[in-house]
Amino acid sequence: MFVQSVFNKCGVFLDNQEAVSAESVVKSFGQGPAAVRALDDVSLTIRKGEFFTLLGPSGCGKTTLLRLIAGFEMPTSGTILLDGQDVTDLPPNHRPVNTVFQSYALFPHLSVRENIGFALKMLGRPNAEVEARTAAMLSLVKLDALADRATAQLSGGQQQRVALARALAPQPKVLLLDEPLSALDLKLRKEMQVELKRLQKETGITFVFVTHDQEEALTMSDRIGVMSSGKLQQVASPREIYTAPVNRFVADFIGETNFLPATSAPGGARLGSGAIVAAEGEGTVLTIRPEQVQVVGPDAPGTIPGTVENLVYFGTDMHVHLRLGDGATLVARMLLPPGGEAGLSTADTVGVTFTPGAARLIRE
Amino acid sequence: MSRAEESQRRASARNGWLLSAPALVLLALAASGPLLIVFVYSFLEKGQYGNVIWDFSLDGWVGILFSRDIFDDTLKLADAHMTIFWRSVKLSLLTTFITFALGFPTAWFIATRPATQRAMWLFLITIPFWTNLLIRTFAIGEILRTEGLINTVLVKLGIISAPIQMLYNDGAVLVGMAYVYLPLMVLPLFSAIERFDMRLLEAGYDLYASRMQVLRHVILPIVKPGIVAGSILVFVPSLGAYVTPRILGGGKNMMIGNFIELQFGQGRNWPLGAALSMTLLVIVTVALLFYVRAINRGGTGGGHG
Amino acid sequence: MAERSFSVARLPGFSTIALGVFVCLYLPIVTLVVYSFNGGPSIAVWQGVSLHWYSEAWGNQAVKDATIRSLIIALCASAIATTLATLAALGTTRRAGFKGQTVIYVMINQPLMVPEIVTAVALLIFFASIKVATGYQGLGYLIAAHSAFCIPFAYLPIRARLEGMDTVLETAAADLYATPWQTFRHVTLPLLAPGIAAGAMLAFVISLDDVVITEFVKSGGQDTLPTYMLGQLRRAITPEVNAISSVLLGLTVALLTVFFLLTKRRN
Repeated sequence: MFVQSVFNKCGVFLDNQEAVSAESVVKSFGQGPAAVRALDDVSLTIRKGEFFTLLGPSGCGKTTLLRLIAGFEMPTSGTILLDGQDVTDLPPNHRPVNTVFQSYALFPHLSVRENIGFALKMLGRPNAEVEARTAAMLSLVKLDALADRATAQLSGGQQQRVALARALAPQPKVLLLDEPLSALDLKLRKEMQVELKRLQKETGITFVFVTHDQEEALTMSDRIGVMSSGKLQQVASPREIYTAPVNRFVADFIGETNFLPATSAPGGARLGSGAIVAAEGEGTVLTIRPEQVQVVGPDAPGTIPGTVENLVYFGTDMHVHLRLGDGATLVARMLLPPGGEAGLSTADTVGVTFTPGAARLIRE
Repeated sequence: MSRAEESQRRASARNGWLLSAPALVLLALAASGPLLIVFVYSFLEKGQYGNVIWDFSLDGWVGILFSRDIFDDTLKLADAHMTIFWRSVKLSLLTTFITFALGFPTAWFIATRPATQRAMWLFLITIPFWTNLLIRTFAIGEILRTEGLINTVLVKLGIISAPIQMLYNDGAVLVGMAYVYLPLMVLPLFSAIERFDMRLLEAGYDLYASRMQVLRHVILPIVKPGIVAGSILVFVPSLGAYVTPRILGGGKNMMIGNFIELQFGQGRNWPLGAALSMTLLVIVTVALLFYVRAINRGGTGGGHG
Repeated sequence: MAERSFSVARLPGFSTIALGVFVCLYLPIVTLVVYSFNGGPSIAVWQGVSLHWYSEAWGNQAVKDATIRSLIIALCASAIATTLATLAALGTTRRAGFKGQTVIYVMINQPLMVPEIVTAVALLIFFASIKVATGYQGLGYLIAAHSAFCIPFAYLPIRARLEGMDTVLETAAADLYATPWQTFRHVTLPLLAPGIAAGAMLAFVISLDDVVITEFVKSGGQDTLPTYMLGQLRRAITPEVNAISSVLLGLTVALLTVFFLLTKRRN
């Protein structure tokens, strides 16, 4: 106990680099045999000042993890540290984190200004400080002109900005964002992605962002944690997640990809047809992104023979559905030349190659 | 489940009880609790000048159906009581029927108005629903009175030579109850009809049904839960009515409610009054259980579910 | 331009019956109000417009006393019922279901289910023995009884409002450093206010209109406006009763209109 408290105190002086740290967190809902494990032994560290994204399909546990960090739920077991301090049992109003809710959760009975100043007022800060910070926040999100409006009179994008300003006003150690862009239309979403990134840079606050949109995650994040069925599948930079997924789920969830049954072989992977391709990694499945597959003439040396099964036209490019000798299928994406003719037709016999270094062997 | 979660859940339940406690205490003291006393009183002996003597007796319960002959102390079926029960049940059933016959077209009419007008028509039904029952009874009574509007107009027109006695009979009570309880029928019927999918009517007509056949084979079966709900909402207060029969029925055309009051007044038979109250309570509770079943069915899809 | 089409929703005779029903529903009430302005002593023969019966009622000490008593009881009962109902609504909504919740729900709604005459008789017996035991004869009994049967009427709109309120707002308040009390004070209560006002309004109307329970619980000389009127009906009727009714009616309709405006604003 004593050691622990000394350790915690030292944490302050040692300039802790971990903004959030979850240790073996389990969260079950319900009781007995009907209990559902929303989080299954999740351990995760989020660094100070980074833009961290929790990515996964709905029901994967990403929102639950966010709510545990915020303090809206209590873990069934495990520990949650904020800035090196154990906050597992602290209620939300004692945690130095703030949330931007999916539905924004703006107080309908308060004006924009009152919404933004809410936290500081609750903390009992002097009026002058509340006003100054509110004004600063209003200009940070460019809403000065709408300060005294009722929140219901604002557009979706404006409400989004109020929610952001309100959560940033008390200068939290960590800002939690629960799918904040999902209610916006595509154009506004793109704008807000840029805006969020700018706010994060300007404030230097750690952002933890939850989304099911892989493109959003790839464009905005410093690091991404991919979740599925209550487990963290992979934590890495966007580039690594895309180019080096650790398992089939991650590869499948992020972007489009081909899976081919394969075995490890010297120099790469052996496909079902016996062809050997260069590949890194280990496992029983070969992944290759459609844009890294090239379709060439049937007689080109070092290619895998295949036939064209179907052609799907996408305007800028064309998806070529191919069947290999062993019956495996894959898709190649070809950029179309001016005029839009790919020079292929169904049932053509072709040769298939992969961009060097693009194919990877992964676990099932 | 962790200890923290468990204690959080327990605290939530405890707070639920604590917050409800003041209301429950008041209700126990001034609504539910005294019902238990009535139950106890129904098993006691009657006092000579009202109240009770604390001796166990079934006289109160026996007295519901039988009366004791003053001379030879034998039990006979009490005809006067039977008349009162029969009148109560008959008038309540008739009230239910009349309110349905008038209330269904009314509810249908409201539900088929354009959305903008609907709220206004509904408001016109709800206003009487919330206004004083006594005043409404009184208003219909003034119309029916010997010196009231109907008689005055009829005499002035020369249709009748002298005013007709329309008050103080079963008919007056029936008219009064139908008048005051009509909104209770219209409101649940309206909410059932509002949920009704009007495209089913198109399907009905498309399949060669006439308007009456559509009403009988499509509309009525589907809005049945609303009909049951409305009927019980009218039947229950009709059976326990006190004010309307007292004002419009005069002293003689009593219903159960007035009969109960009589036992605590001139009748000086508190145990009988208590037993009658308990009987009424049981009948009403059974009817309400049917009501709960009807609205639960109605809520889960509005069809034959 | 007239549209010629087959209206599927039209059923023969229904509109006629419905309009007839509306006429019959309002005719007695309108007649009652109209004749309250009658110059003569009849409730059917018109003898010119006059406020005679209003001034008659106003000059009647018994009416004045009954009015004041009715208002005192309705104010106290609606205040008590609304407070208790608000607490109970907070206790029974928006939390994980707990053991006994149904019991609470049934108990709160019990006055709606038991015939009024039965409750009235029960209270007569119960309060009679308390009156004997304590010697207290005051308005407290009526206020207690009215508060109790007003609770479900206050509870229903408050509960409905609470259930329609998104708990995420309170979650947001807690996230923004509000303590549970601050959350209640600055978020829950202001948002709940229209529901509470609506509940209070209904409770007030219900208390003001009660006849049966009041008739059985009141001690001598404790007539409220409705029980006073009930007593008057035995005698020859003059438009004075119409005048009293009209005032009471006007008050109810005014309160109901406010109630509907309050509940409508939710959407």
